[in-house]
Amino acid sequence: MLRITCPYCGIRDEDEFRFGGEVREPRPGLEVGDTAWADYLFNRNNIKGLQRERWCHADGCGQWFELNRNTLTHEFDPVHSNGIPRPEFKG
Amino acid sequence: MRQLFRNTSGGRINRERPLTFSFNGRTLQGFDGDTLASALLANGVRTVNRSFKYHRPRGILAAGVEECNALLTVDSGNGRVPLVRATMIRLCEGLSAASPSGFPHVRFDCGRVFDATRRLWPAGFYNKMFKWPNWHVFEGAVRRMAGLGRVPEGQDAMRYRHMNAHCDVLVVGAGYSGLKRALEEARSGQDVIVAEQDFEPGGSLLLEKQDSGKAAADGWLHAVLDELRTYPNVRLLLEATVSGYYDHNVLTVHDRSAMSNGIETFCKIRAGRVVLATGAIEQPLLFGNNDLPGVMLAGAMRHYAVRFGVRCADNTVGVVNNDLAWGSLLDLHDSGVDVVAIVDSRGEISNRQAAAADQRGIPVHTGSVAVRARGSGAVTGLEILDSRGKRFGIQCRSVAMSGGMNPTVHLYSQAGGKLRYDEALACFVPAHCTQAVEVIGAAAGAFAAPDDYRIAPRTSAPFRSNTQWVDFLHDVLVSDIELAVRENYVSVEHMKRYTTAGMAVDQGKTSNLNALSVLARLTGQDPGNVGTTTFRPNFMPVTMGAIAGNRQGGFYRPTRHLPAHQWHVSQGAAFDSFGLWKRPAYYGVDMQQSIRAEVTAVRHKAGLFDGSPLGKIEVSGPDAAEFLSRVYVNTVATLKPGKVRYGLMLNENGAIIDDGVFVRLADDHFLLNTTSASAERIAAWLEQWHQCEWPELELIMTPVAEQWAVATIAGPKARDVLSTLAGVGDLGTDILPHMSFRQGRLASGLPFRLQRVSFTGELSYELSIPAGQAASCFAQLLAEGKHWGLQPFGIEALDVLRTEKGFLHVGGDTDGTTNPYDVGFGRIVDNKQGDFIGLRSLLRENHQKASRRQLVGIETLDPEAPLEQGAHVICGTNGQRRSEGFVTSACYSPTVERHIGMALIENGFARQGEEVRIYNMGHIVRARIKPPCVYDPKGEKMHA
Repeated sequence: MLRITCPYCGIRDEDEFRFGGEVREPRPGLEVGDTAWADYLFNRNNIKGLQRERWCHADGCGQWFELNRNTLTHEFDPVHSNGIPRPEFKG
Repeated sequence: MRQLFRNTSGGRINRERPLTFSFNGRTLQGFDGDTLASALLANGVRTVNRSFKYHRPRGILAAGVEECNALLTVDSGNGRVPLVRATMIRLCEGLSAASPSGFPHVRFDCGRVFDATRRLWPAGFYNKMFKWPNWHVFEGAVRRMAGLGRVPEGQDAMRYRHMNAHCDVLVVGAGYSGLKRALEEARSGQDVIVAEQDFEPGGSLLLEKQDSGKAAADGWLHAVLDELRTYPNVRLLLEATVSGYYDHNVLTVHDRSAMSNGIETFCKIRAGRVVLATGAIEQPLLFGNNDLPGVMLAGAMRHYAVRFGVRCADNTVGVVNNDLAWGSLLDLHDSGVDVVAIVDSRGEISNRQAAAADQRGIPVHTGSVAVRARGSGAVTGLEILDSRGKRFGIQCRSVAMSGGMNPTVHLYSQAGGKLRYDEALACFVPAHCTQAVEVIGAAAGAFAAPDDYRIAPRTSAPFRSNTQWVDFLHDVLVSDIELAVRENYVSVEHMKRYTTAGMAVDQGKTSNLNALSVLARLTGQDPGNVGTTTFRPNFMPVTMGAIAGNRQGGFYRPTRHLPAHQWHVSQGAAFDSFGLWKRPAYYGVDMQQSIRAEVTAVRHKAGLFDGSPLGKIEVSGPDAAEFLSRVYVNTVATLKPGKVRYGLMLNENGAIIDDGVFVRLADDHFLLNTTSASAERIAAWLEQWHQCEWPELELIMTPVAEQWAVATIAGPKARDVLSTLAGVGDLGTDILPHMSFRQGRLASGLPFRLQRVSFTGELSYELSIPAGQAASCFAQLLAEGKHWGLQPFGIEALDVLRTEKGFLHVGGDTDGTTNPYDVGFGRIVDNKQGDFIGLRSLLRENHQKASRRQLVGIETLDPEAPLEQGAHVICGTNGQRRSEGFVTSACYSPTVERHIGMALIENGFARQGEEVRIYNMGHIVRARIKPPCVYDPKGEKMHA
């Protein structure tokens, strides 16, 4: 079981998260050809090594974020790469 | 009742507390501090089980987790548990144990015929033998014979609980290395958990003989345990097996320490660091009949002698290939088991060893190996081949064998750790792992001081390979591995699966190394190059109940009740499960009668339906309209505030995933309805699109499904019924026409939302009120509405009403491939301006082909002939028959008094009026393709 660090809530069990797959190219417009569209829909890089992927803290704050995971070892890049700064809460 | 094989003194047992237990119906006695295995041996029990495949008699082999023969069915007072290792369970008063196999008795088993005909049943025999006529002819008999014990029946008396724990350091194993490390960590202020599977901590320290060694070991042990107890940051778990090592240092522990109170605990530990001090397991040797009762691991015999004061036999022959085993044999001799000879396969032994043997008068045969054990039900002698090539026999009652040590690396391997073959130690030792784990002590290969452990290579005896057991649990022979290699299963993973060596509950604790060595020899490789197979969780079997915890029965998953549940109960509702929801299926006793009455009431008077689980999502913000335009097939921009529109959602493949109406509350504020079943899923899906794909759109989404209860009032008298609610406003059709919305407060001050929409085809209002007020609102409506003939109706009647209208039920009338064109919504797609989710896929040629399955109405030619959902529409003649679609909805319509339905049929739109054959519950039924709507096709009723 993975232990995942949500940028908003901190480290939590994998059970609380939903996996969103590897981060893809932006969604193409209507003008793309059938092959490129099929590529977007169905083809993934399936990287062996460091992969940038999406996770959603579904049973927590509900936020999506991106992080890097080594698909061989499950090691996470400690730096979240979604560019969203961790919000400061005042107690 | 006498324990003939118990020494008069010695051991860590409490002789003041005798315990009575039973084995296969015989009443026996042991002492407090015994394991079941030691108590059995003390009573001279030799045959404890029959082997899995050949039904050979088997005795206890080992003293710890590696035991693979004495897997017994044990009842310690809380029900029968199969597959319990006799070596791992503490003896308690009244315990009853039984051999799971053996007919009529474990000592005389008719199944022995399989042993006599062993040549017929080699590895993988079932893949070859049962092909003719087919496997199912044999399946019943094979399944009855296979298996290791029977699953208990009836209510489980045990209670199971789940726990979670965190710590800086988890030390697995409370032997010398583990305790020493735990103390160091505790002293430096770390939060420490120590998990030990034995009921007594100490590991090999418990096996020091009765002299100065024991005093020193005991002294050290007590001092360490006493000091550990003073630290609040240390938790010592006993009878707690770490069963699984998962990612990110999450480990599971099966804690059996409260078993006598009827409680088992399954604990998930999240550890900062893990220290594995799991020790090592002694390996058997390969020689003929090495599975006979009486052939045991040398270390195990010493374990029984020193810790429990039990002699496994009166005398023994030691057969060894390494130095460590010498210690065991000498201790054994000193504990009263007469070692009549030591057979060492190494050419030379140390002077110290020679002197020790000489002093005790034990003859030593160096450069010699065991050829085979003699005896049929138990060992009576051993045949030896000495260094000069001479074969001779020795009479003995047991054989103490040792093929060297192998570190217990199961958990390390589960953690993703890689192993390395150590030539000098002739075993696999931990190499590297990416998790924060450290392996210490014997588990790391430090069995003894350097130079004190020399071992000869592992070989199998020069004797018939079909009498030498590699895996005792699965009855795998050296000849089975030879067969695997002959058939080219030369990869270690293939060999494992072909022969089943090292699989299942045992996970190869005593078989892997020997199997690899045999494979290496046969393929001419180094054991290091052959490699190991992956060890899987669980390290030791865990009871299913412990894994389930209290998530059983009513706690298996939550039940959701409607806000007005009690009111529905009072109305005589029959409930059914819809997802987690319990919803009224119908009201009354007789299902068919109730459904007809409810449908008739809605068609002629008025009905009241609880639609509370309906998904409700509010979307607000300057970009709300733009966002919805991207997720709905339908046009959003032209919708005026206060108006309602039907909306269809697709996934990116163009398939329909949900439908429902949406309301424009204000220019920048919408209320979306989703189907009840998809309320959570669609809310999460919309969030994902907003957060991941279009974060630039300014809007927020709020699921409000639980906040509002929904009362649907449908029927020609719906307006009259609703008007009785003071403050609901003018319901005239020119003021509140079909597909419009209003919100405000009732005279009672209760806020309400009202949308005039219809899923029944009648004049219909959906009234939303705060969930907490649902019951009183339903009661009030029914009381006032009685005058107009209002009566509650359930899901079943609703389904009939909407089927009569041909209204789509997403997920019922659609599958994962159905697109808007297939259900007659093509015009909506064509009229839409701009992109939306799924559009690009719809532009593909395949999505617009006429031959696709299209949703049509269907009626049986015989109005009395019922249809079943899922029945296939058949075309073609015999031999060429195939399905060209299937029935998606079917019911009896009281309104048109016949069976009707809908179906997805290839090219259905163009085949109106055509007769088709439907394969329905084993019979062909003739039916006709019709428009889906059979009631009020112009929609005059709902616009009234």
